[in-house]
Amino acid sequence: MSVLLNKDSKIIVQGFTGSEGTFHAQQMIEYGSDIVGGVTPGKGGQRHLGLPVFNSVSDAVKKTSADVSVIFVPPPFAADAIMEAADAGIKLIITITEGIPVSDMVKVKDYLKDKDCRLIGPNCPGIITPDEAKVGIMPGFIHKKGGVGIISRSGTLTYEAVDQVSRLGLGQSTCIGIGGDPIVGTTTLDAVKLMMSDDETEAIIIIGEIGGNMETDAAYWIKENRTKPVIGFIAGQTAPKGRRMGHAGAIIGGKADTAEAKMAIMKECGIHVVESPADIGKTVAEALK
Amino acid sequence: MNLHEYQGKSILKSYNVHIQEGILAETPDQAILAAEQLKEKYGSDFFVIKAQIHAGGRGKGGGVKLARSVKEVGEIADKILGMQLVTPQTGSEGKRVRKVLVTQDVYYPGESETREFYISILLDRNSGRYVVMYSPEGGMDIEAVAEKTPHLIFKEFIDPAVGLLPFQSRQIAFNLGLSGAAFKDMQKFMPGLYKAFLGTDAQLIEINPVLKTSDNKILAVDCKFSIDDSALFRQPDIASMRDIFEEDSTEIEAGKFNLNFIKLDGNVGCMVNGAGLAMATMDLIKLSGGDPANFLDVGGAANAETVEAGFRIIMRDPSVKAILINIFGGIVRCDRVANGVVEACKSIGDLSVPVIVRLQGTNAEEAKVIIDNSGLEVFSAISFEDAANRVKEVLN
Repeated sequence: MSVLLNKDSKIIVQGFTGSEGTFHAQQMIEYGSDIVGGVTPGKGGQRHLGLPVFNSVSDAVKKTSADVSVIFVPPPFAADAIMEAADAGIKLIITITEGIPVSDMVKVKDYLKDKDCRLIGPNCPGIITPDEAKVGIMPGFIHKKGGVGIISRSGTLTYEAVDQVSRLGLGQSTCIGIGGDPIVGTTTLDAVKLMMSDDETEAIIIIGEIGGNMETDAAYWIKENRTKPVIGFIAGQTAPKGRRMGHAGAIIGGKADTAEAKMAIMKECGIHVVESPADIGKTVAEALK
Repeated sequence: MNLHEYQGKSILKSYNVHIQEGILAETPDQAILAAEQLKEKYGSDFFVIKAQIHAGGRGKGGGVKLARSVKEVGEIADKILGMQLVTPQTGSEGKRVRKVLVTQDVYYPGESETREFYISILLDRNSGRYVVMYSPEGGMDIEAVAEKTPHLIFKEFIDPAVGLLPFQSRQIAFNLGLSGAAFKDMQKFMPGLYKAFLGTDAQLIEINPVLKTSDNKILAVDCKFSIDDSALFRQPDIASMRDIFEEDSTEIEAGKFNLNFIKLDGNVGCMVNGAGLAMATMDLIKLSGGDPANFLDVGGAANAETVEAGFRIIMRDPSVKAILINIFGGIVRCDRVANGVVEACKSIGDLSVPVIVRLQGTNAEEAKVIIDNSGLEVFSAISFEDAANRVKEVLN
């Protein structure tokens, strides 16, 4: 068992024929992901990268039985693309798009609350289950099949953690990039629950950031429900208050969302907290001994 | 993007939210003219002159003053215009005042006592909904109110499907202790405020204070208004209100190269791809005994041009004693980045501080060879730990 994504996942790409969609669809196909087609409104009936293009997600689902969608649609249209995927019955919607207006995401979150689907992102690198499927923009070659589950709000910092883990001979069960925006479809806690109940995952790494309280929510749950080691890192120990550090969600608002406060609570809850980002791999290896 | 008080108030007015009226002035003469117009309209000889800068606590720094005559308005405007206003939010160098808002005096005596409230609308991240946060303790620092008297902070969560409902506006008025005409006026004030919030793609509207006047009207006396940057593409009128004088000139220039730069007070500059990795790199600098001089995310395109622009921007700060470049090459190939770094170093000529380049990911080994063979005095590293040790070495 892996989390959310495996070799049987049938994947469509929304924003398929655009430059981002094309480039990353190619990369995903090369990795071995089962991409079954894509959606670009107005280009239905054409073929792109040897695969069918559909006018709507609902057409694509009917013809291909896709159950996963990855969205590269530009910010003004991305919220609509997410809701279209949910309406068409897609079970796992992974939104890579960065810069979706917050008010659009407020509507999306409300729209999805009664739907039987899971949103990952937006503004995230995607999900990978090594050697089975990659749905996102992460470099595939740094990953290695194994037992470490990784949950992260950031892109390149996740690759850093993956790389440290792989270099120590450990591998990953599934890596989930949950995204760096103030509203995300799947929270740290949601992802932790999935990983905690997954047999293949032996340890969990949480890569958090300043801003919000997703990591502390997860920490309090972990305290009561932990069955495997959890390692945590919070980026932004040196970030100033009130300045947005790149991600729309990474801004220190009050006392509780600083790196220091989050790390203290995570420690209290039995999480192995890493002070230096260079020690993430090492700490996992020790925790698994 | 933040707006000035006068801009925020003009937006509120367009949504029929009552405000303390005012007229903008950029010179003392304009301020006098503004006061004369206000006197004609409202008949009062009292005015408040307010410095227009993007920072709170203006009153504490002498940026908000009461004038008791039109003549005094001119004198006060003369003092405030051009001053470096220092408030608890500006830092020690302060901000130069280029505009003042000459406003009507709304604290006039009348049939009842005036009262000040706090009302804001913002996102509640946990629920993914907008929330109206309000308190009867207006006119003071709301964080202090939240700490000392948390029971005096109230919240109404807004269901996005139906918006702010009338019963919620009534609840707000009840909790603020309003009755009679003021209670009724709040039923107009709140829906207008929420419409203004949605209509402008705001991420925060904070009104502190909201005033109940002595004749039982509800007015926005101050206004902190902040717009979601991601929505500016569909808010052209608001995007045009941007005041670049309020922004750091270096940060604006960095933006032209698609670099996300934030100046900090440390001694080690850094250049990184990705916001999360950039923050982690700053943390690593601190743990290595240095202090980060900046946050700089070069994004997906780390090439010779962006690296050179990054170098030039970092090097403007004389307190920088070393530069750490940390690129994780996923889609970007490290050998290309390495060539970019070498070209940038050669183009700048004399880089007077040590540079540590850490490249990891696609073609990292080839990249290290390029850096090592460049003939430049650049330290290369592959692991994050090596990079940390190098920073330690050059600082000692």
